[in-house]
Amino acid sequence: MKPPRFLYCDPDTLEEAVALKSQHEFDALVLAGGQSLMPMLNMRLAGPEVLIDINGVTDLQHIGRINGTLEIGAGVRQSVLEAHSEAAVAVPLIAAAMPHIGHIENRHRGTVGGSIAHADAAAELPCTAVTLDAVIVVRSERGERQIAATDFFQGFLTNACEPDELVVAIRYPVTSPTAGSAFTEFARREGDFALASAGAVAEVDADGRFTSVAIGVGSITTKPVRARAIEEALLGRAATSDVIKDAARQIGDAVTLSSDMHATSRYRRHLATTVVTRAVAAAAADAQNRSAS
Amino acid sequence: MTTAENPATATDTRTITLLVNGREVTRAVSTRTTLSDFLREDLDLVSVHLGCEHGVCGCCTVLFDGESVRACLMLAVQARGHEVETVESLSADQNDLHPIQQSFAEEQGLQCGFCTPAMVLRAKEILADGRERSDAEVRSDISGILCRCTGYQNIVNAVQNAGRKLSRGANGGAGTHDGVGTSAVDGAETEQATDIDRAPGFDGPAGTEQRG
Ligand code: FES
Ligand code: FES
Repeated sequence: MKPPRFLYCDPDTLEEAVALKSQHEFDALVLAGGQSLMPMLNMRLAGPEVLIDINGVTDLQHIGRINGTLEIGAGVRQSVLEAHSEAAVAVPLIAAAMPHIGHIENRHRGTVGGSIAHADAAAELPCTAVTLDAVIVVRSERGERQIAATDFFQGFLTNACEPDELVVAIRYPVTSPTAGSAFTEFARREGDFALASAGAVAEVDADGRFTSVAIGVGSITTKPVRARAIEEALLGRAATSDVIKDAARQIGDAVTLSSDMHATSRYRRHLATTVVTRAVAAAAADAQNRSAS
Repeated sequence: MTTAENPATATDTRTITLLVNGREVTRAVSTRTTLSDFLREDLDLVSVHLGCEHGVCGCCTVLFDGESVRACLMLAVQARGHEVETVESLSADQNDLHPIQQSFAEEQGLQCGFCTPAMVLRAKEILADGRERSDAEVRSDISGILCRCTGYQNIVNAVQNAGRKLSRGANGGAGTHDGVGTSAVDGAETEQATDIDRAPGFDGPAGTEQRG
């Protein structure tokens, strides 16, 4: 249970980090918070020739509003984002999701970019990125690309980065002040990987009907997905628990549901229906509170 | 792709200087050495317990710049220029236990003791705000550390008891334990740092302390 040998590089600037990734491509892995990569190194599931430690790259540690988006540097620690009041106002779904990420000991080290790049279907930040149509900013010596979250997550622990690219930031559209947000997940114990998770952002009109709704679902298949059919079924309908529950039953129809030792696909479908129902209902209630106040 | 040096044969070592339990330490480390192995094997701080070495059990928890982290998920080289605190910093010997340690003894908040250093450090971190906590809050706060023995209830009691002790002693005796780990940055010996000199783990090899 010790990391294998590697050549350790700890660049101070983004330029150096990008140059190293371009130089070593597939042979290099990027070490951010280490909450996923370090276990993989300790268990020798990963054996990079070169390890690029980006913890010293201060250019990656900003949080701020840019042109209607909240931009979060890839190196921002999850615990820092969790405590960031401006981020919580700009994108309330992030604040709702953060406490579900592992344990506080993980969030003290874990980074936003690390979680996004790792592309775990059970991870909370990728689920929020898909829900909110966030954009992932990646960079190489060839330049910068902006990739829509729904294109970025490609499948089991697979993202859309080319071998010379590095995730540098995530841009979330700032949420409308009248929209409600909620994040719900089910895990057997606090801090465990979710067996099903759902993020929801919704707006309702004066009659209590959905005027917009976005739903992202994690852990049910190889990547976080949008529940578009449920969103369409809810638009224009009254935000009552029966309507929401009925629509949520379609969860899993459009994807191959995961089935493993933690949960069969049938059980996952049941859990996903429940978390989607709860997240959408909570988001609608939050939206109603916001327009009332 | 090839690299300038063959990593399979490279002896990739760095010299790091960091603050451990209030004392500045300088050591050469292999870059693939985890922080937990560095603390245990190079500094003899064997309170850092390794249950899983892949981030699941939390028994390797240390305070890194004052925040609880899993030491098995960090490289020692990443601690360069930072501050690490292990439970060895809390008391010089068993006759001079920190209020949190006293509470764990009084409430039988341990059986085998494997999770205890981590639990005590996590308690120190959460109790710093002086707020009283419900059972459910404490259970949530310590959920990152697994205990195989106690069933947790006595740990919850110990954390709450420690909270009461600390707030009672906020202006008195218990306060003498605060501030350990923040001193001796620039080589100035303070009372606390002198205490640490006697702590187990620093009676180790000569030259534990090197000031740069
Ligand atoms: S040894 Fe580090 S979490 Fe188990
Ligand atoms: S006392 Fe034995 S693991 Fe907690």
